[in-house]
Amino acid sequence: MPSLDLFLQPEIFLVWTSALKTLVILGVVLTMVAYSVWAERKVSAFIQDRIGPNRVGWAGLIQPIADGVKLLLKENFVPGGVNKFFFSIAPSLAMIPAILVLAVLPFGSSLFGVPMVIANLDIGVLWVFAVSSLGVYGIVLAGWSSNSKYPFLGGIRSSSQMISYELSLGLSVVPVFMITGTLNLGEIVQYQVDNGWMVFPAWFQSGGGLLEITTDNGSMFGLNLGQSLLWIPMMVSFVIFLIAMFAETNRVPFDLPEAEQELVGGYHTEYSSMRFALFFLGEYAAMIAGAGVIVTLFLGGWSLPFIPDGSQGWFWGLVNIGTFFAKVAAIIFFFLWVRWTLPRFRFDQLMKLGWYVFFEVALLNIFLTAGILAYLQS
Amino acid sequence: MATIVQRPKLSLLERSYFPAILGGLWITIKHFIKMLFGQTKVTMQYPEQKWDSAMPEWYRGAPTLVKDEHDRERCVACQLCEFICPPRAITIKPGELPGDNRWSKVEKYPEKFDIDMIRCIYCGLCEEVCPEQAIFLRKDYSITGLTRSEMVHDKEKLYELGGVMHGLVHKWNEKK
Ligand code: SF4
Ligand code: SF4
Repeated sequence: MPSLDLFLQPEIFLVWTSALKTLVILGVVLTMVAYSVWAERKVSAFIQDRIGPNRVGWAGLIQPIADGVKLLLKENFVPGGVNKFFFSIAPSLAMIPAILVLAVLPFGSSLFGVPMVIANLDIGVLWVFAVSSLGVYGIVLAGWSSNSKYPFLGGIRSSSQMISYELSLGLSVVPVFMITGTLNLGEIVQYQVDNGWMVFPAWFQSGGGLLEITTDNGSMFGLNLGQSLLWIPMMVSFVIFLIAMFAETNRVPFDLPEAEQELVGGYHTEYSSMRFALFFLGEYAAMIAGAGVIVTLFLGGWSLPFIPDGSQGWFWGLVNIGTFFAKVAAIIFFFLWVRWTLPRFRFDQLMKLGWYVFFEVALLNIFLTAGILAYLQS
Repeated sequence: MATIVQRPKLSLLERSYFPAILGGLWITIKHFIKMLFGQTKVTMQYPEQKWDSAMPEWYRGAPTLVKDEHDRERCVACQLCEFICPPRAITIKPGELPGDNRWSKVEKYPEKFDIDMIRCIYCGLCEEVCPEQAIFLRKDYSITGLTRSEMVHDKEKLYELGGVMHGLVHKWNEKK
């Protein structure tokens, strides 16, 4: 069939597989966004000894659709005195960065030989940081263009929050690159497949183990000196990165821009209907993207110990994809769990925490990693 | 005299927030898991489950008109209830009993008897004041409607809700 040949030409193959992956990922993630709203309500209810949504569909499972329809049908009100242009682009600016981050996340190994990542960038991590920080513009612009005091305060808080967490967020992942020697997220995951997850380095390929059990495919399970030593800075990195991610995604305990008890609705006070929904969904999309980054950098991405990757057949490819999303879901649960446990930080506390504690610890952590690496190489 | 409460001196570990955070997480996850396995007692699911069977005798629900055991209406349209009703929820139009009725020269009867349930405050004064034991607060509490006119109970509706009351009722229940 000539048409099939056309489809298999390298460039065209790349185009249509990427398009397909993009569509599927977008579909999956938007569904996840809708259902993390549902999960948020359920988890909060359960933690507070309530039942949560249970009217629309079994256990309230159709609730997100009902919410969506409601938001679509509401009046899209634009208050007088707002800066119309920025007021209308701000919601998209909050949503788009979160979705763009997904482009570089390897959400699976490979399926039928097609790598399961939309764009395999060599500067993947830099892309993540560059794009996800843009999300703050959506909030700042919303706050500023609303021409109203509460959104304005929300916007200001958002910028003050950003300058305090962004540094430690960036610095805390530097040790990961020092160990893996790459910025490509796919390769970082591959490193973790070979050498154990960053937070759980329990298997390795080179020898020198303190305690080892060799499996039939040559990799060894157990502990080796280098990785056990590196595990310490990795845990520090992980904790700082996780906490900074809470700030990045505006989740409690760092949801200062929203702070509904103090600022009415924070930056989206003046928004209604679908524009409000975009902010709302953007927050959850950012949460999913953030969880994806955490999973990729520290929790081994799509890998599970002793589960082969997609080159062993499409079944394992699917298992890998499932693993990735299961890990993401677990991290999201953790986000929700923390939200319904902790009170909000004051914003001077947040800045203090960011500048006095995390910044220094992350910086020291880099030197510690460098020292350990130098020691291991000598 | 002013009491001075000394701020507790926090140890470094306490100031790092971690023990408190972990403790909090532990508490919330306990609640979560208990709920997940159905060990938490939750509130009543209202429209499906109701309190009706546990309602006390003296419950003051919607005011209704009652008939006696001979299927006669007890109300004689004296309008005392209309007069006493604090929010003026009751509107009565008295009429004369038709000539062939045995009591036509003695009593009146309500041609129209409306209670506006948007106004009614369920105080029970109408029941207390009625000399004929014709109006009683029954146990209906879920009075709803989509329009204002739907919320006005007319005579027919009041009798439907009220039903029949046998004999005399000791209605000076101290709790009512
Ligand atoms: S219960 Fe009170 S408010 Fe209601 S109709 Fe009787 S007297 Fe009026
Ligand atoms: S219900 Fe009782 S108080 Fe009211 S008009 Fe009839 S007889 Fe009089």
